[in-house]
Amino acid sequence: MYKILKKEELNSQIFLMTVEAPLVARRAQPGQFIILRIDEYGERVPFTISDFDKDAGTVTIIVQTLGKTTKQLSELSEGDCILDFAGPLGMPTKLDGLKKVCVIGGGLGCAIAYPQAKKLKKLGADVTVISGFKTKDLIILENELGLVSDKLVITTDDGSNGTQGFVTDRLKEELLSGEKFDEVIAIGPLPMMRAVCNVTKEYNIHTTVSMNPIMIDGTGMCGGCRVIVGGETKFACVDGPDFDGHLIDWETAINRQHMFKEYEQKSLHKCRVRDTL
Amino acid sequence: MPNMSLKKNPMPEQAADVRNKNFFEVTCGYTEEMALDEAQRCLNCKNPACMEGCPVAVKIPDFIRLILDRDFEGAYKKITETNSLPAVCGRVCPQERQCESRCVRGIKGESVAIGRLERFVADRHLQSGDTAIDIPKPNGKKVAVIGSGPSGLTAAGDLAKLGYDVTIYEAFHTAGGVLMYGIPEFRLPKDIVQKEIDKLVKMGVKIETNVIIGKTILVDELFDEFGYDAVYIGTGAGLPSFMGIEGEALNGVYSANEFLTRINLMKGYKFPEYDTPVYVGKNVAVFGGGNVAMDAARSAKRLGAENVYIIYRRGKEELPARFEEVMHAEEEGIIFMLLKNPTRFIGDEKGKLTGVELISMKLDEPDEGGRRKPVPIEGSNEIVDIDTAIVSIGQTPNPLIKKTTDGLETNKRGCIVTDESGATSKPLVYAGGDVVTGAATVILAMGAGKTAAKAIDEKLR
Repeated sequence: MYKILKKEELNSQIFLMTVEAPLVARRAQPGQFIILRIDEYGERVPFTISDFDKDAGTVTIIVQTLGKTTKQLSELSEGDCILDFAGPLGMPTKLDGLKKVCVIGGGLGCAIAYPQAKKLKKLGADVTVISGFKTKDLIILENELGLVSDKLVITTDDGSNGTQGFVTDRLKEELLSGEKFDEVIAIGPLPMMRAVCNVTKEYNIHTTVSMNPIMIDGTGMCGGCRVIVGGETKFACVDGPDFDGHLIDWETAINRQHMFKEYEQKSLHKCRVRDTL
Repeated sequence: MPNMSLKKNPMPEQAADVRNKNFFEVTCGYTEEMALDEAQRCLNCKNPACMEGCPVAVKIPDFIRLILDRDFEGAYKKITETNSLPAVCGRVCPQERQCESRCVRGIKGESVAIGRLERFVADRHLQSGDTAIDIPKPNGKKVAVIGSGPSGLTAAGDLAKLGYDVTIYEAFHTAGGVLMYGIPEFRLPKDIVQKEIDKLVKMGVKIETNVIIGKTILVDELFDEFGYDAVYIGTGAGLPSFMGIEGEALNGVYSANEFLTRINLMKGYKFPEYDTPVYVGKNVAVFGGGNVAMDAARSAKRLGAENVYIIYRRGKEELPARFEEVMHAEEEGIIFMLLKNPTRFIGDEKGKLTGVELISMKLDEPDEGGRRKPVPIEGSNEIVDIDTAIVSIGQTPNPLIKKTTDGLETNKRGCIVTDESGATSKPLVYAGGDVVTGAATVILAMGAGKTAAKAIDEKLR
């Protein structure tokens, strides 16, 4: 059992959870993820490690309430326990040797962008962070991202924070103004990452994206998380989750995310029915 | 007087058109009467060939004698002298290729039903509730066992009996390995596996789930930081192979591992009571001819698929699955499309699987190994409508440990290289089971666990 030590709402849909998991924290690195199972009936669901503290033996994840498991997680409180919490899984993001990097986070993706920016800053890189949200009320981690970046640009789809547009608009502005990045790291919904890759391809900037496909075990066993990269089948759980965004077969990746959509609704529905009983 | 009937006592089982709609165990096991009658078919040979066919040399005629004496507990003890998981082996061993293939009675008629008798004895023991266990005296040495499948469980059990402080590390949330995630409930009930695991725990074996060796803890750290004196790697062959044909990433194409894990480990067949869904369409094709393929096909049928095909590139004679599984699959309405090979999957504009193109095969002359190579017949292509495909063409060892352990030699198939005792190229690290042999059987994995436990004891003693 893994105890929830801290829970904090970041906005109406997103919350942070710090969990006691010393063995996971011990070897965790940015870019890696954990798999949790909330109870005996639960699914195994992957979450990217948003922060970790080896000394305290804690791992922080940031969760958006979307499906059954995330809804159940949102109902847990500090002091409650999660049945299973395994990791760290996947390959850490390659950050060594980078000098000037643009880290782009879309929505919940900022939770994952944060540890990367933090590590890059620690390694002495010049870090620009571009964060995009639907609207002002959904902005998360503004202070944290500010602390680990040389420049922080926050944009909203509806312009409610004063800057209107997608993260790609802000990226283009940076590039047009003459900024030269060695690397762009993009984390967010698949269409956003694809759009970023389309921009960086023009400028020939190496772009790392973080894939978050459906998976069960997270150790290379089920093959459910397969991603086509440069024409080859890769498993996001062991070969990734980071890949060269210019080599990803985006259409297949987007299609595969819809595999269990119908079932997710059923599961969530059952969850709601259970709540009303 | 021995029973000279040429036929085995048939195994009572659920009717095919009933069982193909549920996940309860297919076979029901011998009654005492049947077991006694079958035991009388054993001739108690002076030189029992059956034992030579058993990878762990179960004392077969001896335990059958004890059945005849109605000393069922004695028979159980006799089996467990060399086989720690008889309830499992009685159900899943390919007896027709091992013990029973050597039985003298098989020359004229059917062999003695050794597997069914083994299961009878083991089930009898489990039902008797006699779970008294001798707690061994600790010898002060620590061994880590990586993986809780048949190989790891056997090694852990044998080492614990010798007084070692044993911890099993398991990546999943449940111990049991392939016995839990791979083999379906209708062939190997999970409570039987759990009872075997509980027995180890009672003996003092510790089980740490959710620990992925090679990620959470490295093999070297097990020695340096965690203070183990030896390590046994029994991580199996968990990495699914795909066919590398067009369309394999379409929605509706599973690896058998994913399909079976969703059903068995995650209890997807009870969705939405359990949260993990498993999609099964109307027309399901399973590619491959082994036990895993049979398990996947029969599971798909039970989940409501109308047509389930086994597509295999060789003929019926060559199917690698246990004979009984093929027979059960046929009875349950699985359609065998033999001498066919897929060339590509076909999908719609949303990336959903709609069909598969097959090509007919013929078998060449036998090669040096005696195996006949399938070759495609040009122009014989056909398209079959399917909405679910399950690729079951084999598994290879997971590379996580290999990649993170210096000095651990592996071969080109990714299997760990060991000597006969299970010792790897790395001092005090032993390995056995599928991670060494590539995907094989439960009993071979157990045999390797046994051998390595003995070698570890000799080394550390």
